[in-house]
Amino acid sequence: MALRTPLYDWHVRHGGRMIAFGGWDMPVQYTSIIEEHQAVRTAAGLFDISHMGRLTFAGVDALALLQQVYSNNAATMKDGQVRYGLICNERGGIRDDVLVYRWSHGWTMVVNASNRVKIVNWLTQHKAGRAVEITDQTMTTCMIAVQGPQALALCQGLIEADAGQLAYYHAMRTRYRGHTCVVSRTGYTGEDGIELIAPAEQAVELWTELVSRGAKPCGLGARDTLRLEAAMPLYGHELSEEIDPFQAGLGWAVKLDKGDFIGRDALVRRREDATLPRRVGLELAGRRAAREGSTVWRDGRIIGRVTSGTVTPTLHKAIAMAYLEPAFTAIGTLCTVDVRGKTAEARVVPLPFYQRPRKETACR
Amino acid sequence: MDPKTLRYTKTHEWAYLEGDLCTVGLTKFAVDQLTDIIYIDLPDVDDPVTAGESFGEIESVKAVSDLYSPVSGDISAVNEKLQTDPTLIASDPYGKGWLIKVKVEKGTTLDHLMTLDQYEKQIASEEH
Repeated sequence: MALRTPLYDWHVRHGGRMIAFGGWDMPVQYTSIIEEHQAVRTAAGLFDISHMGRLTFAGVDALALLQQVYSNNAATMKDGQVRYGLICNERGGIRDDVLVYRWSHGWTMVVNASNRVKIVNWLTQHKAGRAVEITDQTMTTCMIAVQGPQALALCQGLIEADAGQLAYYHAMRTRYRGHTCVVSRTGYTGEDGIELIAPAEQAVELWTELVSRGAKPCGLGARDTLRLEAAMPLYGHELSEEIDPFQAGLGWAVKLDKGDFIGRDALVRRREDATLPRRVGLELAGRRAAREGSTVWRDGRIIGRVTSGTVTPTLHKAIAMAYLEPAFTAIGTLCTVDVRGKTAEARVVPLPFYQRPRKETACR
Repeated sequence: MDPKTLRYTKTHEWAYLEGDLCTVGLTKFAVDQLTDIIYIDLPDVDDPVTAGESFGEIESVKAVSDLYSPVSGDISAVNEKLQTDPTLIASDPYGKGWLIKVKVEKGTTLDHLMTLDQYEKQIASEEH
């Protein structure tokens, strides 16, 4: 039986087409993926991301446990800071990619829906003997993302705090209609915006208020094309237990000098291993999308595989992310992709495919 | 084209037979399910097609689906306008969004296909 977020009924009543995702019934789209995608690029879109796992850590040994399982350095984080990192297995493969929030009183970790149970078990296994209390708040809270160039303006006065004052990748605890909530300047779309964590009972009220303020409800379909344009990896596609962070281009989120952590020894070796495939961006000729599993060819042999691909609503081009042999990862390298039996010319291009226009900083 | 005069496959193609020429398209239900059509791959004129077998594919942002021919015969025309504007399939599925015309053998009928009434019953059961 698939899990449902507190907004499930709202989605169904408002034309959300529901699909199974990571153990949850989630809306893939309401109107059209392209319309929803464009709303986020040009105005503001609204996402129910309550399926993401939300774990809190309390106790004197919380930091020690985090440091053991997390590739980034939690010890250098300030209160209110959010940091991306990986949880690795002993072989350096990625168990999950997560966001860690530091609070004065403890920590929050946001994990992928499909990995929540696996990560909770992993944490429980490694906390043995430590004074850490882990609470899974996924079912008692909701999580809603508001993303797009108008997202912050649209949220003015919604919550007690002014989210516009938050620096990128920072969070604070505030109130929504008297109830404690968390707001962070984070997202998975390549646009500016915020993510809110609130009590599950507040989900429908918060969501409908955001809709009435003009945010367009968006499903997982647009979330996928948006993150793909922004070249953000998706667990199960670009990331897996067999792929290490260096291959994935996430070496910046691995701090080998922070002290020991699970997977560190393997990562020290894998970082120097010049034979491992690496994640690249591909732009394909034509308008057919390469999909997960499409093979990439050069000189009559397979040099890699596509992990995600689409025709981008913003750029109107067929783009893909793929893992290729390291000899073929230089920008401009030509190759071909087998798109369901037909050959498409392709070229290695820089990631991300899309970068939002940065606002000119006005003087004074 | 009037949906009432068409016949339907389980895979959501419609067929209209006039003389020995069968026009084939996708139903509005299928188009609404696909949404965001970005590409369509159709056969060439004179290619043979077989009833119940794939003659092409249609791609939306989300996924790729096969297209199945309601009849057997040879392709006599393909809708070239769809190559530059695949959105015609969504905006006018029973008119400007037709896919192929198949020349069928004399005596071919569409009796093996569903009527509109039968097709509507099928999609009602798919929706629930």
